[in-house]
Amino acid sequence: MTFIINGEEQDVAATTLADLLLALDYEGDWLATAVNGELVHREDRAGFSLGAHDRIEILSPMQGG
Amino acid sequence: MLKLYDIAVQSRLLLGTARYPSPSILAEAVRRSKTEIVTVSLRRETSGGKSGGAFFELIRDLGVRVLPNTAGCHSVKEAVLTAKMARDVFRTDWIKLEVIGHHDTLQPDVFGLVEAARILTDEGFQVFPYTTDDLVVAERLLEAGCRVLMPWCAPIGSAMGPVNPTALRSFRAHFPDVPLIVDAGIGRPSHAADVMERGYDAVLLNTAVAGAGDPAAMAEAFALAIAAGRLAHKAVPLEPRDMAVPSTPVIGKAVFS
Repeated sequence: MTFIINGEEQDVAATTLADLLLALDYEGDWLATAVNGELVHREDRAGFSLGAHDRIEILSPMQGG
Repeated sequence: MLKLYDIAVQSRLLLGTARYPSPSILAEAVRRSKTEIVTVSLRRETSGGKSGGAFFELIRDLGVRVLPNTAGCHSVKEAVLTAKMARDVFRTDWIKLEVIGHHDTLQPDVFGLVEAARILTDEGFQVFPYTTDDLVVAERLLEAGCRVLMPWCAPIGSAMGPVNPTALRSFRAHFPDVPLIVDAGIGRPSHAADVMERGYDAVLLNTAVAGAGDPAAMAEAFALAIAAGRLAHKAVPLEPRDMAVPSTPVIGKAVFS
């Protein structure tokens, strides 16, 4: 399926958010995810079904002021 | 002791983690500042990237409390979502709320700020709003549920120091019981001492430390200045006056003519 991941269009074989993270080699308890502008808690990723063209944001801690 | 929401802290310096020459210098600056609170952010992670994880580990190892921010957010929606994502990662209800309204000055969009503060407070967040020195906006933020206010003293990263001391004085006088943290615009330890002498409760710094020639030494210099300013405030400094006052008593002075 085609998704918009962190602003870039990508084809990924995944039906859930957890599958997508695995397929793209995202791992770690420091990641935050949102789909179509809504937070998806880490414990909800496995049960969160994705649809074509979903906008997915994957964020991680960075330096900040 | 300073209480921020329900947390008591000894240090009155909050330190940003951005723009240091290296992670080790950041760590050393945090240690020498004796800060108990550092600000952090969230950014897009690249596929397979582990940069966020390395930074996360560094911060965890420092053993300090984390205050995530919503830096770079220009809308209420962005700021609220970023705050929620930060809570999911950092497991804290604290959020340094920034809703930027102007690209050049990074002045907060105070209308969006109040709206976002209300939404986040209703969702259980403990909001640290980055705001201007406007008293009415501050009132609205308190009504929205904020129990800490963070007025700027000059634009972010400008290093100008307090550009409107009168406004800072009014702000302190109007909110005597609210913890007030000067956030943004401090450039030198003397600026920090200045606002602390005026009765501000704490200072939040980043660029002034990270951009110094020796960030770790500057972090310590700020810690000393903030402690000195606090002590001076408690000691009640003199108010300036127009005319001279002799410090040596004139009574009993010899008359030679």
